[in-house]
Amino acid sequence: MGEYLLIIISAIFVNNILLAQFLGICPFLGVSNKLSTAAGMSGAVCFVITLATVVTYLLNSYVLAPFGLEFLQTISFILVIAALVQMVEIVLKKVSPSLYQALGIFLPLITTNCAVLGVAITVVTKEFAFGGTASHLLNLGEATVYALATSLGYGLAMCLFAGLREHLALNDVPKAFRGLPIALITVSIMAMAFLGFSGMV
Amino acid sequence: MSKLSLITKGFVKDNPTFSLVLGMCPTLATTTSAMNGLEMGLATMFVLILSNIVISLVAPVVPDKVRIPVYIVIIATFVTVLQLLMQAYVPAVYETLGLFIPLIVVNCIVLGRAEAFANKNSVVDSALDGLGIGIGFTMSLTVIGIVREILGSGSVFGWKFIAGDGILAFVMAPGAFLVLGYLMVLFNKFLAKK
Repeated sequence: MGEYLLIIISAIFVNNILLAQFLGICPFLGVSNKLSTAAGMSGAVCFVITLATVVTYLLNSYVLAPFGLEFLQTISFILVIAALVQMVEIVLKKVSPSLYQALGIFLPLITTNCAVLGVAITVVTKEFAFGGTASHLLNLGEATVYALATSLGYGLAMCLFAGLREHLALNDVPKAFRGLPIALITVSIMAMAFLGFSGMV
Repeated sequence: MSKLSLITKGFVKDNPTFSLVLGMCPTLATTTSAMNGLEMGLATMFVLILSNIVISLVAPVVPDKVRIPVYIVIIATFVTVLQLLMQAYVPAVYETLGLFIPLIVVNCIVLGRAEAFANKNSVVDSALDGLGIGIGFTMSLTVIGIVREILGSGSVFGWKFIAGDGILAFVMAPGAFLVLGYLMVLFNKFLAKK
Protein backbone atom coordinates (compact mmCIF):
# COMPACT_ATOMS: atom_id res chain seq x y z
CA MET A 1 0.00 0.00 0.00
CA GLY A 2 2.80 2.39 0.99
CA GLU A 3 4.43 1.77 -2.35
CA TYR A 4 1.30 2.83 -4.23
CA LEU A 5 1.18 6.03 -2.20
CA LEU A 6 4.79 6.75 -3.10
CA ILE A 7 4.06 6.13 -6.77
CA ILE A 8 1.15 8.59 -6.60
CA ILE A 9 3.07 11.37 -4.83
CA SER A 10 6.12 10.97 -7.00
CA ALA A 11 4.10 10.97 -10.24
CA ILE A 12 1.94 13.97 -9.34
CA PHE A 13 4.42 16.27 -7.62
CA VAL A 14 8.05 15.18 -7.82
CA ASN A 15 8.21 13.95 -11.41
CA ASN A 16 5.31 15.99 -12.73
CA ILE A 17 4.85 14.95 -16.33
CA LEU A 18 4.64 18.51 -17.66
CA LEU A 19 6.99 20.43 -15.42
CA ALA A 20 9.72 17.85 -14.87
CA GLN A 21 9.45 15.34 -17.71
CA PHE A 22 8.40 17.69 -20.53
CA LEU A 23 5.76 15.44 -22.03
CA GLY A 24 2.60 16.82 -23.61
CA ILE A 25 3.82 20.41 -23.77
CA CYS A 26 2.11 21.26 -27.08
CA PRO A 27 -1.51 20.91 -25.85
CA PHE A 28 -0.36 22.40 -22.52
CA LEU A 29 0.62 25.64 -24.25
CA GLY A 30 -2.14 25.37 -26.81
CA VAL A 31 -5.34 25.01 -24.78
CA SER A 32 -4.38 26.60 -21.47
CA ASN A 33 -5.88 29.99 -22.32
CA LYS A 34 -9.10 29.25 -20.48
CA LEU A 35 -9.61 27.26 -17.31
CA SER A 36 -12.69 25.45 -18.63
CA THR A 37 -10.99 24.17 -21.80
CA ALA A 38 -7.92 23.23 -19.79
CA ALA A 39 -10.07 21.17 -17.43
CA GLY A 40 -11.82 19.48 -20.38
CA MET A 41 -8.51 18.60 -21.99
CA SER A 42 -7.11 17.28 -18.71
CA GLY A 43 -10.14 15.04 -18.26
CA ALA A 44 -9.82 13.60 -21.74
CA VAL A 45 -6.06 13.09 -21.39
CA CYS A 46 -6.49 11.44 -17.98
CA PHE A 47 -8.97 8.96 -19.41
CA VAL A 48 -6.92 8.11 -22.50
CA ILE A 49 -3.54 7.84 -20.73
CA THR A 50 -4.89 5.37 -18.16
CA LEU A 51 -6.76 3.28 -20.72
CA ALA A 52 -3.89 3.32 -23.24
CA THR A 53 -1.33 2.34 -20.62
CA VAL A 54 -3.34 -0.69 -19.51
CA VAL A 55 -3.93 -1.86 -23.08
CA THR A 56 -0.34 -1.34 -24.27
CA TYR A 57 1.00 -2.95 -21.08
CA LEU A 58 -1.06 -6.08 -21.76
CA LEU A 59 -0.10 -6.01 -25.44
CA ASN A 60 3.57 -5.78 -24.50
CA SER A 61 3.60 -8.54 -21.91
CA TYR A 62 1.33 -11.05 -23.72
CA VAL A 63 2.13 -10.45 -27.40
CA LEU A 64 5.37 -8.56 -27.97
CA ALA A 65 7.60 -9.85 -25.15
CA PRO A 66 6.90 -13.63 -25.55
CA PHE A 67 7.82 -13.44 -29.25
CA GLY A 68 10.82 -11.13 -28.78
CA LEU A 69 9.17 -8.35 -30.78
CA GLU A 70 9.95 -5.46 -28.42
CA PHE A 71 11.41 -3.45 -31.27
CA LEU A 72 7.84 -3.07 -32.57
CA GLN A 73 6.80 -1.22 -29.40
CA THR A 74 6.80 2.27 -30.92
CA ILE A 75 4.84 1.37 -34.02
CA SER A 76 2.30 -0.93 -32.33
CA PHE A 77 1.73 1.40 -29.36
CA ILE A 78 0.94 4.39 -31.54
CA LEU A 79 -1.52 2.29 -33.54
CA VAL A 80 -3.19 1.10 -30.35
CA ILE A 81 -3.43 4.67 -29.08
CA ALA A 82 -4.87 5.97 -32.35
CA ALA A 83 -7.43 3.15 -32.46
CA LEU A 84 -8.29 3.62 -28.80
CA VAL A 85 -8.88 7.34 -29.16
CA GLN A 86 -11.13 6.66 -32.13
CA MET A 87 -13.02 4.01 -30.17
CA VAL A 88 -13.43 6.19 -27.09
CA GLU A 89 -14.84 8.86 -29.34
CA ILE A 90 -17.42 6.51 -30.87
CA VAL A 91 -18.43 4.99 -27.51
CA LEU A 92 -18.73 8.36 -25.81
CA LYS A 93 -20.86 9.70 -28.63
CA LYS A 94 -23.36 6.86 -28.10
CA VAL A 95 -23.23 6.41 -24.33
CA SER A 96 -22.74 9.89 -22.95
CA PRO A 97 -23.46 12.64 -25.45
CA SER A 98 -23.00 15.32 -22.80
CA LEU A 99 -19.48 14.16 -21.93
CA TYR A 100 -18.77 13.82 -25.63
CA GLN A 101 -19.86 17.42 -26.10
CA ALA A 102 -17.49 18.50 -23.36
CA LEU A 103 -14.47 16.47 -24.48
CA GLY A 104 -15.34 16.14 -28.16
CA ILE A 105 -12.95 18.56 -29.78
CA PHE A 106 -10.00 17.45 -27.65
CA LEU A 107 -10.21 13.74 -28.33
CA PRO A 108 -8.69 13.61 -31.83
CA LEU A 109 -5.83 15.81 -30.65
CA ILE A 110 -4.84 13.32 -28.00
CA THR A 111 -3.40 10.79 -30.47
CA THR A 112 -0.46 13.10 -31.07
CA ASN A 113 -0.10 14.09 -27.41
CA CYS A 114 3.30 12.70 -26.58
CA ALA A 115 2.34 12.22 -22.94
CA VAL A 116 0.18 9.22 -23.91
CA LEU A 117 2.88 7.40 -25.88
CA GLY A 118 5.49 8.59 -23.39
CA VAL A 119 3.76 7.05 -20.37
CA ALA A 120 2.97 3.84 -22.31
CA ILE A 121 6.63 3.40 -23.25
CA THR A 122 7.94 4.45 -19.84
CA VAL A 123 5.99 1.86 -17.87
CA VAL A 124 7.21 -1.05 -20.00
CA THR A 125 10.86 -0.01 -20.32
CA LYS A 126 11.93 1.99 -17.27
CA GLU A 127 12.83 0.44 -13.95
CA PHE A 128 11.48 2.18 -10.87
CA ALA A 129 12.58 2.12 -7.26
CA PHE A 130 10.16 3.48 -4.70
CA GLY A 131 10.90 3.90 -1.02
CA GLY A 132 13.87 1.58 -0.75
CA THR A 133 12.52 -1.31 -2.82
CA ALA A 134 14.89 -2.76 -5.40
CA SER A 135 14.42 -1.20 -8.83
CA HIS A 136 12.06 -3.25 -10.93
CA LEU A 137 9.69 -3.01 -13.87
CA LEU A 138 6.17 -2.10 -12.78
CA ASN A 139 3.49 -4.78 -12.57
CA LEU A 140 0.04 -4.17 -14.03
CA GLY A 141 -1.43 -2.71 -10.83
CA GLU A 142 1.49 -0.35 -10.31
CA ALA A 143 1.51 0.64 -13.96
CA THR A 144 -2.19 1.54 -13.80
CA VAL A 145 -1.71 3.59 -10.64
CA TYR A 146 1.34 5.27 -12.17
CA ALA A 147 -0.60 6.17 -15.33
CA LEU A 148 -3.56 7.51 -13.36
CA ALA A 149 -1.38 9.55 -11.01
CA THR A 150 0.71 10.90 -13.87
CA SER A 151 -2.37 12.08 -15.70
CA LEU A 152 -3.72 13.68 -12.50
CA GLY A 153 -0.41 15.53 -12.29
CA TYR A 154 -0.95 16.62 -15.88
CA GLY A 155 -4.39 17.94 -14.98
CA LEU A 156 -3.08 19.71 -11.89
CA ALA A 157 -0.30 21.55 -13.73
CA MET A 158 -2.61 22.32 -16.64
CA CYS A 159 -5.38 23.85 -14.50
CA LEU A 160 -2.95 25.81 -12.29
CA PHE A 161 -1.32 27.23 -15.39
CA ALA A 162 -4.63 28.06 -17.05
CA GLY A 163 -5.63 29.99 -13.93
CA LEU A 164 -2.38 31.97 -14.06
CA ARG A 165 -2.79 32.60 -17.75
CA GLU A 166 -6.31 33.99 -17.37
CA HIS A 167 -4.85 36.65 -15.08
CA LEU A 168 -1.87 37.17 -17.37
CA ALA A 169 -4.20 38.02 -20.24
CA LEU A 170 -5.42 41.11 -18.39
CA ASN A 171 -1.95 42.52 -17.87
CA ASP A 172 -0.03 44.89 -20.08
CA VAL A 173 2.92 42.87 -21.36
CA PRO A 174 5.75 44.27 -23.58
CA LYS A 175 5.10 43.52 -27.24
CA ALA A 176 7.92 41.03 -27.80
CA PHE A 177 6.86 39.08 -24.70
CA ARG A 178 3.20 38.74 -25.66
CA GLY A 179 1.72 35.30 -26.14
CA LEU A 180 4.04 32.34 -25.73
CA PRO A 181 7.25 33.93 -24.36
CA ILE A 182 5.58 35.27 -21.22
CA ALA A 183 3.69 31.98 -20.87
CA LEU A 184 6.97 30.05 -20.99
CA ILE A 185 8.54 32.31 -18.38
CA THR A 186 5.50 31.76 -16.16
CA VAL A 187 5.83 28.00 -16.57
CA SER A 188 9.49 28.31 -15.64
CA ILE A 189 8.56 29.87 -12.31
CA MET A 190 5.93 27.16 -11.77
CA ALA A 191 8.52 24.49 -12.53
CA MET A 192 10.81 26.11 -9.97
CA ALA A 193 8.04 25.83 -7.37
CA PHE A 194 7.56 22.16 -8.23
CA LEU A 195 11.33 21.59 -7.82
CA GLY A 196 10.63 22.15 -4.13
CA PHE A 197 8.92 18.75 -4.04
CA SER A 198 12.05 16.91 -5.14
CA GLY A 199 13.59 14.98 -2.29
CA MET A 200 10.15 14.19 -0.93
CA VAL A 201 10.25 10.67 -2.35
CA MET B 1 9.63 28.83 -55.11
CA SER B 2 13.30 28.27 -55.84
CA LYS B 3 15.03 25.15 -54.53
CA LEU B 4 17.34 27.18 -52.32
CA SER B 5 14.54 29.11 -50.63
CA LEU B 6 12.82 25.77 -49.90
CA ILE B 7 15.76 24.97 -47.67
CA THR B 8 16.41 28.41 -46.20
CA LYS B 9 12.79 29.15 -45.25
CA GLY B 10 13.15 26.65 -42.42
CA PHE B 11 15.96 28.71 -40.86
CA VAL B 12 14.06 31.84 -39.83
CA LYS B 13 10.71 32.38 -41.54
CA ASP B 14 9.29 28.90 -40.89
CA ASN B 15 11.64 28.04 -38.05
CA PRO B 16 9.88 25.10 -36.34
CA THR B 17 10.82 26.13 -32.80
CA PHE B 18 10.61 29.91 -32.68
CA SER B 19 8.21 30.71 -35.48
CA LEU B 20 5.87 27.71 -35.86
CA VAL B 21 6.28 26.66 -32.18
CA LEU B 22 6.07 22.92 -32.87
CA GLY B 23 7.80 19.98 -31.23
CA MET B 24 8.20 21.66 -27.87
CA CYS B 25 8.72 18.48 -25.83
CA PRO B 26 12.09 17.38 -27.28
CA THR B 27 13.09 21.05 -27.54
CA LEU B 28 12.75 21.51 -23.79
CA ALA B 29 13.77 18.07 -22.62
CA THR B 30 16.91 17.27 -24.60
CA THR B 31 18.69 20.64 -24.68
CA THR B 32 20.54 20.21 -21.39
CA SER B 33 23.79 20.62 -23.35
CA ALA B 34 24.72 21.83 -26.82
CA MET B 35 25.73 18.34 -27.94
CA ASN B 36 22.46 16.75 -26.82
CA GLY B 37 20.46 19.42 -28.64
CA LEU B 38 22.48 18.88 -31.81
CA GLU B 39 22.04 15.10 -31.68
CA MET B 40 18.30 15.34 -31.09
CA GLY B 41 18.01 17.77 -34.01
CA LEU B 42 19.89 15.44 -36.34
CA ALA B 43 17.80 12.44 -35.26
CA THR B 44 14.60 14.35 -36.00
CA MET B 45 15.99 15.56 -39.33
CA PHE B 46 16.67 11.94 -40.37
CA VAL B 47 13.04 10.96 -39.80
CA LEU B 48 11.72 14.20 -41.27
CA ILE B 49 13.54 13.86 -44.61
CA LEU B 50 12.77 10.16 -45.11
CA SER B 51 9.12 10.41 -44.09
CA ASN B 52 8.64 13.48 -46.29
CA ILE B 53 10.06 11.56 -49.27
CA VAL B 54 7.88 8.48 -48.76
CA ILE B 55 4.74 10.45 -47.94
CA SER B 56 5.08 12.59 -51.05
CA LEU B 57 5.36 9.34 -53.06
CA VAL B 58 2.33 7.61 -51.56
CA ALA B 59 0.10 10.66 -51.07
CA PRO B 60 -1.58 10.44 -54.51
CA VAL B 61 -2.81 6.87 -53.90
CA VAL B 62 -3.84 7.16 -50.23
CA PRO B 63 -7.57 7.88 -49.71
CA ASP B 64 -8.09 11.15 -47.89
CA LYS B 65 -9.97 9.60 -44.97
CA VAL B 66 -7.19 7.29 -43.80
CA ARG B 67 -4.25 9.52 -44.61
CA ILE B 68 -3.34 10.42 -41.01
CA PRO B 69 -3.03 6.78 -39.80
CA VAL B 70 -1.04 5.97 -42.94
CA TYR B 71 1.34 8.88 -42.30
CA ILE B 72 1.74 7.88 -38.68
CA VAL B 73 2.66 4.32 -39.65
CA ILE B 74 5.21 5.58 -42.18
CA ILE B 75 6.73 7.92 -39.60
CA ALA B 76 6.74 5.19 -36.93
CA THR B 77 8.55 2.86 -39.34
CA PHE B 78 11.37 5.33 -39.85
CA VAL B 79 11.55 6.03 -36.12
CA THR B 80 11.96 2.29 -35.50
CA VAL B 81 14.71 2.18 -38.14
CA LEU B 82 16.40 5.11 -36.41
CA GLN B 83 16.06 3.44 -32.99
CA LEU B 84 17.72 0.24 -34.24
CA LEU B 85 20.49 2.14 -36.03
CA MET B 86 21.24 4.27 -32.97
CA GLN B 87 21.23 1.26 -30.65
CA ALA B 88 23.73 -0.42 -32.93
CA TYR B 89 26.13 2.41 -33.73
CA VAL B 90 25.75 5.14 -31.08
CA PRO B 91 24.37 3.40 -27.97
CA ALA B 92 25.65 6.19 -25.68
CA VAL B 93 23.64 8.83 -27.54
CA TYR B 94 20.60 6.55 -27.55
CA GLU B 95 20.89 6.23 -23.76
CA THR B 96 21.09 10.01 -23.24
CA LEU B 97 18.17 10.94 -25.47
CA GLY B 98 16.20 7.95 -24.18
CA LEU B 99 12.44 8.24 -24.42
CA PHE B 100 12.58 11.16 -26.82
CA ILE B 101 13.78 9.02 -29.75
CA PRO B 102 10.59 6.88 -29.91
CA LEU B 103 8.61 10.06 -29.24
CA ILE B 104 9.70 11.49 -32.60
CA VAL B 105 6.61 9.61 -33.86
CA VAL B 106 4.33 12.11 -32.15
CA ASN B 107 6.52 15.13 -32.84
CA CYS B 108 4.11 17.57 -34.47
CA ILE B 109 6.83 18.90 -36.77
CA VAL B 110 7.05 15.61 -38.67
CA LEU B 111 3.31 15.08 -39.03
CA GLY B 112 2.84 18.80 -39.61
CA ARG B 113 5.22 18.84 -42.59
CA ALA B 114 3.55 15.73 -44.00
CA GLU B 115 0.16 17.44 -43.83
CA ALA B 116 1.23 20.91 -44.85
CA PHE B 117 3.84 20.16 -47.48
CA ALA B 118 4.79 16.62 -48.46
CA ASN B 119 1.33 15.42 -49.47
CA LYS B 120 0.96 18.03 -52.19
CA ASN B 121 4.49 18.56 -53.49
CA SER B 122 7.03 16.63 -55.54
CA VAL B 123 9.55 14.20 -54.05
CA VAL B 124 12.55 16.49 -54.52
CA ASP B 125 10.76 19.51 -53.06
CA SER B 126 9.55 17.47 -50.09
CA ALA B 127 13.04 16.16 -49.39
CA LEU B 128 14.43 19.71 -49.52
CA ASP B 129 11.63 20.94 -47.26
CA GLY B 130 12.47 18.17 -44.76
CA LEU B 131 16.15 19.14 -44.96
CA GLY B 132 15.42 22.84 -44.42
CA ILE B 133 13.01 22.39 -41.54
CA GLY B 134 15.37 19.76 -40.08
CA ILE B 135 18.31 22.19 -40.20
CA GLY B 136 16.16 24.93 -38.66
CA PHE B 137 15.12 22.61 -35.84
CA THR B 138 18.70 21.44 -35.27
CA MET B 139 19.95 25.05 -35.17
CA SER B 140 17.32 26.10 -32.62
CA LEU B 141 18.00 23.10 -30.41
CA THR B 142 21.74 23.67 -30.58
CA VAL B 143 21.36 27.37 -29.69
CA ILE B 144 19.12 26.56 -26.71
CA GLY B 145 21.57 23.82 -25.72
CA ILE B 146 24.55 26.21 -25.92
CA VAL B 147 22.85 28.84 -23.75
CA ARG B 148 21.75 26.30 -21.16
CA GLU B 149 25.16 24.63 -21.11
CA ILE B 150 27.02 27.95 -20.67
CA LEU B 151 24.77 29.07 -17.82
CA GLY B 152 24.15 25.67 -16.31
CA SER B 153 27.53 23.96 -16.42
CA GLY B 154 29.93 26.67 -17.58
CA SER B 155 30.99 24.86 -20.72
CA VAL B 156 30.38 24.80 -24.47
CA PHE B 157 30.15 21.46 -26.32
CA GLY B 158 31.78 19.88 -23.27
CA TRP B 159 34.70 22.35 -23.18
CA LYS B 160 34.70 23.77 -19.65
CA PHE B 161 35.74 27.38 -19.07
CA ILE B 162 34.96 27.85 -15.39
CA ALA B 163 35.94 25.76 -12.40
CA GLY B 164 33.13 24.12 -10.48
CA ASP B 165 29.42 24.12 -11.27
CA GLY B 166 27.31 26.64 -13.12
CA ILE B 167 23.81 27.71 -12.18
CA LEU B 168 22.28 24.27 -11.79
CA ALA B 169 18.71 25.45 -12.38
CA PHE B 170 19.47 26.04 -16.06
CA VAL B 171 20.20 22.37 -16.62
CA MET B 172 17.01 21.44 -14.82
CA ALA B 173 13.40 21.94 -15.86
CA PRO B 174 12.85 25.65 -14.97
CA GLY B 175 15.90 26.69 -17.00
CA ALA B 176 14.52 24.98 -20.10
CA PHE B 177 11.32 27.03 -20.04
CA LEU B 178 13.14 30.23 -19.10
CA VAL B 179 15.80 30.03 -21.83
CA LEU B 180 13.25 29.11 -24.50
CA GLY B 181 11.00 31.98 -23.37
CA TYR B 182 13.75 34.59 -23.51
CA LEU B 183 15.18 33.29 -26.80
CA MET B 184 11.68 33.54 -28.24
CA VAL B 185 11.52 37.17 -27.08
CA LEU B 186 14.82 37.90 -28.87
CA PHE B 187 13.58 36.10 -31.97
CA ASN B 188 10.34 38.12 -32.01
CA LYS B 189 12.22 41.35 -31.47
CA PHE B 190 15.02 41.00 -34.02
CA LEU B 191 14.35 38.23 -36.54
CA ALA B 192 10.64 37.76 -37.09
CA LYS B 193 9.25 39.86 -39.92
CA LYS B 194 5.77 41.02 -39.14
